Formats: sequence, structure tokens, C-alpha cells
Amino acid sequence: MNLTLKVWRQKNADVKGAFVTYKAERISPDMSFLEMLDVVNESLILKGDEPIHFDHDCREGICGMCSLYINGHPHGPKNAITTCQLHMRTFHDGETIVIEPWRAAAFPVIKDLAVDRSSFDRIQQAGGFVSVNTGVTIDANAIPIPKVIADEAFNSATCIGCGACVAACKNASAMLFVSAKVSQLAMLPQGQPERWSRVQAMVAQMDAEGFGNCTNTGACEAECPKEIKMTNISLMNNDYFSAKLFREEHVHEHASGE
Amino acid sequence: MYTRSEMLDVVTVDGHAKGIVTRNLITGEIDTHTGHAVLLATGGYGNVFYLSTNAIGSNVTAAWRAHKRGAFFANPCYTQIHPTCIPVTGDHQSKLTLMSESLRNDGRVWAPKTVEIAEQLRKGTIKADQVKEDDRDYFLERKYPSFGNLVPRDVASRNAKEMVDEGRGVGGSGFAVFLDFADAIHRLGKDAVAAKYGNLFDMYYQITDEDPYKQPMRIYPAVHYTMGGLWVDYNLSTNVPGLYALGECNFSDHGANRLGASALMQGLADGYFVIPYTLGDYLAQIGPKPVDGKHPAFEQTKQDVIARINKLLALKGTKTVNEYHRDLGHIMWEYCGMARTEEGLTKAKGLIQALRADFWKNALVVGENEEVNPALEKAGRVADFLELGELMVDDALMRKESCGGHFRLESQTPEGEALRDDEHFAFVAAWEYKGDNQPEVLNKEALDFEFVHLTQRSYK
Repeated sequence: MNLTLKVWRQKNADVKGAFVTYKAERISPDMSFLEMLDVVNESLILKGDEPIHFDHDCREGICGMCSLYINGHPHGPKNAITTCQLHMRTFHDGETIVIEPWRAAAFPVIKDLAVDRSSFDRIQQAGGFVSVNTGVTIDANAIPIPKVIADEAFNSATCIGCGACVAACKNASAMLFVSAKVSQLAMLPQGQPERWSRVQAMVAQMDAEGFGNCTNTGACEAECPKEIKMTNISLMNNDYFSAKLFREEHVHEHASGE
Repeated sequence: MYTRSEMLDVVTVDGHAKGIVTRNLITGEIDTHTGHAVLLATGGYGNVFYLSTNAIGSNVTAAWRAHKRGAFFANPCYTQIHPTCIPVTGDHQSKLTLMSESLRNDGRVWAPKTVEIAEQLRKGTIKADQVKEDDRDYFLERKYPSFGNLVPRDVASRNAKEMVDEGRGVGGSGFAVFLDFADAIHRLGKDAVAAKYGNLFDMYYQITDEDPYKQPMRIYPAVHYTMGGLWVDYNLSTNVPGLYALGECNFSDHGANRLGASALMQGLADGYFVIPYTLGDYLAQIGPKPVDGKHPAFEQTKQDVIARINKLLALKGTKTVNEYHRDLGHIMWEYCGMARTEEGLTKAKGLIQALRADFWKNALVVGENEEVNPALEKAGRVADFLELGELMVDDALMRKESCGGHFRLESQTPEGEALRDDEHFAFVAAWEYKGDNQPEVLNKEALDFEFVHLTQRSYK
């Protein structure tokens, strides 16, 4: 296959970027999208040009590093996969492909197609964990959890933190991400002691990072490579209101206790 | 947390590890960090083979730098080659994806009985489900009736390779065997199979464009885990005081042959049950004194790192770093992969030395240090892989027995299984770095078995 690529190039967050057109030639339909970019980059390096910078690591859809806004969709046109799992057979010979970085104020561009998603790290660090000492090993079945709850918590936990939800959202809201991280713990017994302080702390950090709010459009759910559901947002809102109305002191205890 | 930073060296003061040198991958800044101890949890070196199931960023650099500062590197040749990976499709391939081992619970591994049928399958003139039951060789069930498809990874991998070597491999390249779920789907129903393995089947479909509910999966072994690594004692301490290695970057726990699910075990054991208790002992011994970041060793190590970066950036040859990496991978896979011989390993040693010499002359590293520069990052990692590769070959040459993941063709039972030589090789090989282009010195740590004694493995 031969393709035309329109790629966003930007030296860093402080300078303006622009689209640059490249030819991608002799591309195999069996290549992944990132392997196609590898081929283009090898030819750029041999010409002495700077390769196109993009984030990637595991290349099997579990690390959350790869991003890319491809032809108007985060992670490309196919449902429920990351960019690294997108294969070139999805495109046709002669096609023009537009490749952009995630665009959100809270995700400044590092270079070209890679953005700084450390705002997600800071949200996680605000409370997305269980800090109780788990003590010695106990029998795995000592705390029975209904399968339906375990499955739902697992589904929330499959969020890889890639940021596609933010990129897809007209408000650049991170609510799907934050709610998945809140819900996976709120649904399980181990997450209960910090449940109310956690949701307040994480939402506060989310707002501080400059993410927008949710207006129930649902683009996040439609584009999420891990099919995280908007019901997580409902659960988070429910916990947040409940915490604010009845349990606000917990967040202060949380802040001063650690 | 220092994200987008890479450790490029260990700082030792009077023989004790006291800090590290890092490069900020965005600004290129070289920083030193002080600490009363240094804990490495930097993963394995499977990417020395270029293609592996590891993440692209996985590398040996932190562990290798520690090795060059005095830490022994143990059993480097012990590599786990996992049987159930999705086969390579071409030279563009950048990584291999593992289909979980759990699939062998219900999948049956087979190859066609004859080369002729295999050829038809390779050309695509027939499909797998058109091959008659009588023309299929369920080779693991045939050879290992009591374990069947659940034989350990090294045995399953070597047998798949044997099929391919006999010309009975399938898929476009011929480097694959089948993993068939037709029986399981017939027995349990498609829904039950989907509930167990649905995510894996979807993943397979995305990568290959073939529906594993209808056609058997094609699988082939791929590098998955490296049992070798920095030598540590039971406290996870390397032989450099204050320097600890946890997880895949050390050599412990797995011996020559890592078993299923044990990476999780090691993460828990090293990180949760061992180091919180053993580190305190060292800290108590050195006392609560601040670490002097102004000690000349910090500046010296930093200057060493900068000098090496400048040497890499001066490479303005004609061949990309990625091509060197791919070439090294081919050598390692061919001669230090699933089957090894004295002749092949000797040849590989020469090839790696020549490739390394060529790298330092003809590699092309674009860009500057003071920017995001993945070409520079990769060049440093490949340079280290080029050194590690030779040590792996040396280790494999020295170990004339077959043992776990290390299979020497010269050392097998009459039935073609791995044959150990416990009289001469029941030891850990801990290699000591002696300077650039000097042969490394072998230290032997004897393996004593008090309660469970060594026997020949059998899965018949």
C-alpha cells in the first residue's frame, strides 16, 4: 500500500505546530499503525531528518502510552482498540491519513504527537490507591465478593489511562478516566475506608489540572479503547455528592492524616 | 516520581552504591541522585533478541551499567522462549504478542502429518479445518501422553521448532503450528469458550484478521522472559554493597526455567516480602549519615555518562540504530535461541564482535542531547545490548549441558530431551566485568540440594 500522511509536527509546547505531508510507501497491510510510522521514521533518519515523535511502549494495548488522533478519532477508526493494535489493513491503498496529538489544555504537547499526561499521574496520586496496610497473607476467599461486583470492578480497572476520553470530549473532560479509577476501588471492600475522601481528593485534583466538565455527550465512552462505561461517571457523581453532603470532614482527615 | 527519565549509571563511593545518574528524556539534562541504597527494578533484557513479547522500551541499560560498576551478571544465557505467541509476519515486525498460556488448557496443539499438506496450508490452497483428523499430528499429546498440551514452556517451544524444522510448519512463513479450539468449542459451547478466553480471541483477531472461533490459531515460540540477570543473595543484594536488584532484572527465583505465573510471584516476593525486611539491615549497618552528593564520584560518573552520550551523538554513519538492533536480534535468535551448539555460538561471538565494531563506526544517530531524542535513547540501549549479547553467548558456550531454557544440541537424551550434567554444571555462573573488550571472569556459586534431589525431567 502507498499512503499520504498529514502529520502534526511541533518542536515543543512553546512553539506553534503545523501539518507536514509525508509519503508512506510499500506498506504491508499486516503492519500495525505504529510499525507503519517506524518505516516512515527509518527513512526520515536515513535522510538526516528528525523522526516523527510519538509515544508507545508495550504495543499490545495494555500500557496506555500510545495515543494519536487518526482521521478525527482517538486511536483511529476502529472500536475498542488502541493505536498499536490498529492494523494497516483497516486503510486502503492511496488513502490520506491525518495524524494529530491529543488536544487538551491539560495535555501540553511534548513534541510532535506526544503529549504530557502527567496530570493523570497527579490525579491518581491524589487518592487512586488503597493505603491500608494489608498485613500478612490471608486466605483469598476470606472476603467473599459477588461475581457481578468483581466483574464490574474489573471492567473499571481495565482503564489504561491513555487519555482518549479527554481527546474525544468537546470539553476535554477527564471524568471517564477519573470515574473509572474511583469506581474500581469504590466497588470493592478494600476500597471502603478511603472511599469518601478519595473521590473528593481526586475530583479536586482533576479540576486543578484544568480538565473540563461532563455534559453527557458520551464521546468518551464511544471512543474508549477499553470500553469503559459512563455508568462509572454516575457512580462517581453519586459518591461525590454523598461525600460533599454528608462526609466532607473525611477529606480533611485524609489530607492531614498523611 | 521521575517520569520520562532514564537511569544511565550507578554511582559508587568506596565500593558502596550511593546514587544514580539519569537523563531527562525531554530536556536531555543529566542529573545525579543520592541515596543510602540503590534498588534496581528495571526488568529483563529479552529485547536483546530485537523481537520479543517485551514492551519496546524494555532494555538492559540500568542492569548493564550496574554490571560494569562491579555487580556480577548471573546466568545470562537462560532465556525463556514462550510457545504461544502470534507468529512474525515480516521484517517490519516490531514486537511479538503473547497469547496467554491459559489457552493450552483447552487448545490442542498440532501440525500436519506430512510436508505436502503443510505446503498446501502455507500456500493457502487448503484451510486448517479441511485437514482430516488422520492427517493431523497432535505432537505434544503423542509424545507426552501424561502432560499433553500442558508440558512446560521450554518443551512445548522446542517441539514446535522441531515441526517447523521438519518442514511441517504452517502459516505464510511456515514458522507456526496450530492451536486448535474446535474440540473445546464443540464440548463446552462457543459462549463458554468466549467467557474464558474472549479477550484473547479478540486480540488474536485484531492482529491476524483471522477468527479463532472458526480457524485454529497459529502460534510460534518467542522470547518472553530472561531468567538471568544481576546476581543477588537471599537478601536481594548484589555483590556491590547498597545495590539491590528486584524482579526480572535479577537472576533469582526461576533457575534455568521459569514456570507459569511466577513473574507475579516474584513481584510479590521481592517487593513485598523480602526487600522491606532486608534493606533495613543494610541501612542499620551504615548508620544514619547523610549521603554526600558533593563527593567527586558523582561528578566523575556524570562526566562518564556525558562522554558516552557525546560519543553516540558523534556517530554520523549510514546505518540506523534500529538496523543494528535487528541484526543483533537475528544473530541471537539463530545461534543463542531455542537450540544452541558450540559451532553456532562460536560463530555468533565473532558476528557480534564485528557488528559492535561496525556500530561504533557506521551507526547513524540524529539530533542533539538537549531535546526529545528517541534515536539517542535507542542508540545507548542497543550499544549495551551489543555487549550483553556477547556475554550471553560466552555463558551459553561455557555451559556445555542442556538445562531448562538453555538447550545444547550436543547434550540430549536418546529421546531428544534436555540432558543436564549435574556433576560439572550444578552452579550459578556469575560473570565479573573486567574492563572494555576484556574477557569476563566466571565465578561459580555451587547449587546444593538438601531435600529434593536433582533428577531427569520426564513428561511422558
